[in-house]
Amino acid sequence: MDRFLAASQLTALADDLAQTGPVLAPIAEGGSVVFRWYRPGMRIELSRMASTSPKAATFPQTEPLLAVRREGEAKTPTVEATLPPRSRTVVLGCRPCGARGKEIFGPVFLGGVHDPYFARRREDALFMAVVCTRPETTCFCTSVGGGPADTVGVDVLLIPVEGGFVARSVTAAGEKVLAHALFAEAGARSAEADAVIAKANAAMPPQDDFRTAPEKLLARFDDKDFWERQSAKCISCGACTYMCPTCYCFNITDDDLGLESRRIRTWDNCMSYLFTLEGSGHNPRPTKAHRLKNRVSHKFSYYPTIHSGTIACCGCGRCIKHCPVGVDIRAIVRAAQEYGG
Amino acid sequence: MNQNPYLPELATLVEVIEETPNIKTFRVVLDDEEKMRNFTFRPGQVGQLSVFGVGESTFVINSSPTRMDYLQFSVMRVGEVTTRLHQLQAGDKVGVRAPLGNGFPVEDMRGKNIVFIGGGIGMAPLRTLFLYMLDNRADFGDITLLYGARTPVDMTYKAELPEWLGRSDVRTVLTVDAEYPGWEHRVGLIPNVLLDLAPSPENAVAVTCGPPIMIKFTLQALKKLGFEDDQIITTLEKRMKCGVGLCGRCNIGTKYVCVDGPVFTYAQLKALPSEL
Repeated sequence: MDRFLAASQLTALADDLAQTGPVLAPIAEGGSVVFRWYRPGMRIELSRMASTSPKAATFPQTEPLLAVRREGEAKTPTVEATLPPRSRTVVLGCRPCGARGKEIFGPVFLGGVHDPYFARRREDALFMAVVCTRPETTCFCTSVGGGPADTVGVDVLLIPVEGGFVARSVTAAGEKVLAHALFAEAGARSAEADAVIAKANAAMPPQDDFRTAPEKLLARFDDKDFWERQSAKCISCGACTYMCPTCYCFNITDDDLGLESRRIRTWDNCMSYLFTLEGSGHNPRPTKAHRLKNRVSHKFSYYPTIHSGTIACCGCGRCIKHCPVGVDIRAIVRAAQEYGG
Repeated sequence: MNQNPYLPELATLVEVIEETPNIKTFRVVLDDEEKMRNFTFRPGQVGQLSVFGVGESTFVINSSPTRMDYLQFSVMRVGEVTTRLHQLQAGDKVGVRAPLGNGFPVEDMRGKNIVFIGGGIGMAPLRTLFLYMLDNRADFGDITLLYGARTPVDMTYKAELPEWLGRSDVRTVLTVDAEYPGWEHRVGLIPNVLLDLAPSPENAVAVTCGPPIMIKFTLQALKKLGFEDDQIITTLEKRMKCGVGLCGRCNIGTKYVCVDGPVFTYAQLKALPSEL
């Protein structure tokens, strides 16, 4: 179903949606655009991709797992799971790659083990993604299965047209949102939207073929020299992992509040030395070369090998754009693929 | 196991045993009597012990599923969680998430001669299998236990060693790295003592665990004695958080040590990328 949202109504829509549940939207902050939990008065900025990803909607940077309480002198604490409250969460104005990114989590968190925290957030999240009309030089979504108007993981596609957006429902939940009074008849704008999508697809640069990446990366596993060259610039800062919509490695720690404590889950960073440091002092990934190898190989080799070929990367290019030293994950995968001819 | 994979069972420490200056053994009983009665695990499976407000760490369940009065964990004091664990006493509450991981392939080991080679705290995962085999003695052939530590002081399970040494149906050999006043057993590094004992690889399985450097030379010794890669079993240490294959730190290539391990044959390990 197609509806029309006038650009002037975007704020009104956000204000209204925010009354019934959290809204995560790209907000202009200083010179940057970052995803924030929307509050009336914030300025939504859709003209360029946000620096951060919308990952927090389904996988918050910090989330409580358990609450442990102790009553007075009692030795026995009560331990309760602190599942997120049920409430529809709208991601308003991510890019299709951001919506696709979270799909990588499904086979992991809802596969053999059922993670009830992710399950609930995923179920309650609604993604309204804006079609990308101008690819950036760091964009490579089409190389990993996506596209500027990709609908994987998307509930409503917002297609920029003259004066606003054609809002195209992809899922039943998306269609429900379009019943909102702020949406108008799309009419002839639907054809304009189709043309915008066709133009957006045509604007994408030629795609990489990463199909041989899983075995080619594995073939370089013991090639210390290769990984030292690839990671020479890397400063192990981990910015890539925090910007990434598909990175899901996490830490679990306890927060002691006296008679009460919380067990929390936080995003973790595989580029850190401490990530794999063992109690004995032994570290299986002691250098940045080991760690960058694991990060790149997890996305382009291990994950696709386990999960029927799907690359654990959505091609948003944030890790390239925001890397302070210009490490380019595409170049590393290409180098492994082209190694030895 | 709970539906929520992060939710531990409440449990009570029923006994704390001081093994060495930095290793304590904790005997734990789940507070839910029915869950304790129905608790099953395979030798070699691990559990997460929680000290609430401090954190959670992974340890092998080193008691035997044939002796279900309690679950036993031996813990070396190395970091935050283990330091706080060491301060706990009988009666204190902990959390337990268990069993996790794969465990030893006991079915494949039936009828075989078994050679245990344990170094230091690496004896913990061997103890569970060793006791399991003692309690099912007729199912296995000759059993040899070679257990070594840096000094006699660093040896765990001291209270049990006389019994193990006294049994006629197992051969127990103890060794320490260097001469020590009053020490009446072997002196020498584990791989060298192993070469000296020279157990036959014929119809045998070697099970080894210990520090990486000991494992490295023990593998060389076993190869020298003629053990094939699939006759050598080890159990791995990795930093773990979730214990259920999600958090992403214990993987070796596509395998997650917390789920696909921690027990691997040397043949299986050789097929994995080399990231131990």
